[in-house]
Amino acid sequence: MNQRVPVARNLGRGQRFLIYMRNHWQLYLLLMVPVAFVIVFKYAAYPGLQIAFMNFKPAKGFAGSAWVGWENFEKIFRDKDFLRALQNSLAFNFLDLLVGFPVPIALAIMLNELRFNRFKRVSQTILYLPHFLSWVIIASVALTLFKPETGLINTLMMQAGWIDQGIPFLTEKWHWAVTYLLIGVWQNMGWGTIIYLAAITGIDAELYEAATIDGAGRWRKIWNVTLPCIRGTMVTLLIMNLGRVMGSNFERINAFGNVQVKDFQYQLAIYIYEKGLSGGNYSRATAVGLFQSLVGLLLVIASDRFAKRLGEDGLL
Amino acid sequence: MTTIHPQANKKASIFRGVNRVRISDFVIAFIILLLSLTCILPFIHVAAKSLSSNTAVLSKSVYLWPKDLTLDAYKAIFADGQLTYSLGYTIVVTVLFTAIGMVVTTFAAYPLAISGLKGKPVFAFILMFTMYFSAGLIPEYLLMKDLGLLNTMWVLVLPLSFSPYNMLIMRSFLRATIPDSLYEAANLDGATYMQILTKIVLPLSKSIIATLSLFYAVGRWNAYADAQYYITTKRLQPLQYLLSNMVLNSGADAISLSEAAAQTSTPEVLQAAAIMFATLPIIMVYPFVQKYFVKGVMVGAVKG
Repeated sequence: MNQRVPVARNLGRGQRFLIYMRNHWQLYLLLMVPVAFVIVFKYAAYPGLQIAFMNFKPAKGFAGSAWVGWENFEKIFRDKDFLRALQNSLAFNFLDLLVGFPVPIALAIMLNELRFNRFKRVSQTILYLPHFLSWVIIASVALTLFKPETGLINTLMMQAGWIDQGIPFLTEKWHWAVTYLLIGVWQNMGWGTIIYLAAITGIDAELYEAATIDGAGRWRKIWNVTLPCIRGTMVTLLIMNLGRVMGSNFERINAFGNVQVKDFQYQLAIYIYEKGLSGGNYSRATAVGLFQSLVGLLLVIASDRFAKRLGEDGLL
Repeated sequence: MTTIHPQANKKASIFRGVNRVRISDFVIAFIILLLSLTCILPFIHVAAKSLSSNTAVLSKSVYLWPKDLTLDAYKAIFADGQLTYSLGYTIVVTVLFTAIGMVVTTFAAYPLAISGLKGKPVFAFILMFTMYFSAGLIPEYLLMKDLGLLNTMWVLVLPLSFSPYNMLIMRSFLRATIPDSLYEAANLDGATYMQILTKIVLPLSKSIIATLSLFYAVGRWNAYADAQYYITTKRLQPLQYLLSNMVLNSGADAISLSEAAAQTSTPEVLQAAAIMFATLPIIMVYPFVQKYFVKGVMVGAVKG
């Protein structure tokens, strides 16, 4: 490019910069648009984090509200509601990971072993479908299926004589916890296979041929070839998911909420929404949000380091 | 024995390779069949309910096929007009969101895909940091308030329209498909970067543009949290939020269709029809766009 023309060598730094910009200014101009977007809609919200250290009154604004130092943080760690929300968030995120992580791997291996090509294509298309539906739709359909009185599942089981009265799948907290988790696994199981199927496609076919010659059957080949070859992908995804255990998906939890299951459904996103936006306790909700964001950031950085130390690709 | 039975021949052709089919093949196929059915039967059941008569639904005799076929519930929805209005509104929001999102994403991904651009790490950091650290609900709410976006359509269109994740996918794609030598050659020919973008890069990126447009469109179509946070005006609420009010919140808003509608159909049937009304647009485009999604995830998986 032009800046590499020999004359440039004799020029001062300033002049070289001018020549560089004369050739590249259009790229920087383009970049200004996304930069403006993140500044206006994301970074501009960061100063609002000072609310976490104030006794913020919306009517008085930033200038009129008093600084209180760490008081809000001391308060939230004595707040039973917050501790319950934190506990629920961590517990459900860990359970999500524990139950949800192996399923796409197993399904990807089964899809890979599947011999009937047309059937395979069609079932893949169908298995990806739940990923494209909103949590509102999924929760609405789940409600239709699982209602104790009129839901299809309970109706069928009652007609078969297995149960005498409907099981409160979504209206009793322990049943709810299991149903909620399984629906989460179900929603992601098909979509989660894509990344593993891509990894499996990359495996050298000679490895399988060699294993066949050595007399390995299907299960041996899965165990000794497929699984070791996708280990890297598995480790990376597991660590990245561990980095997200502080997060909470408001749309999912909120869609499955009702009064009877509040005990378990009450997670950090719900706490922040109800205490803050609905309840007007802006300072406390911001403190919780800041705590959640900071711990989340630290976890992501830590898991990225960890993945890289294990020799896998990181995220950052 | 020498004549090949036509049926057997046809059967053999659906099996890949020459290996014989074993029991385990059928076990695997059966498991996958069951899992696939769990993804499709619930929706067929809801569709059947929405097309059945009130009495059939109340007597719990509707399974996967409508009983006493009737379109009453859908007629009620169209007569009421709330959901149909919201459908049109949500389409407008989704189209605007997708268009703006794609322009902003391209403006970020294209410069960042060019090697040797000075200051690139700084720009990449600025654009991606918000993905890992968010200010949280309350500061963002106050920001939307200060920007005057509360209770406007634009609060659904602008704030989320730049996705760092989609930008990364596009940048990986551009790096993989357009070699540096092409930029250099075009530069020597006197082409500006804008000309390279419009004449070379964009025409070569049609597939990723299609994929990411779909990511944006489906993301916007399905999201409702921001509507719940920022919008109280009923006519500005997107379809998903309206549905959540009608079906999920058993409170005051539950089935807020007009009285007349509630008289012709029971809440059960109306809810089923409302769910189908919000699901059908996705299900109808889904088979055609699904392959682009898979492609997008594959590109995203290749680290840039």
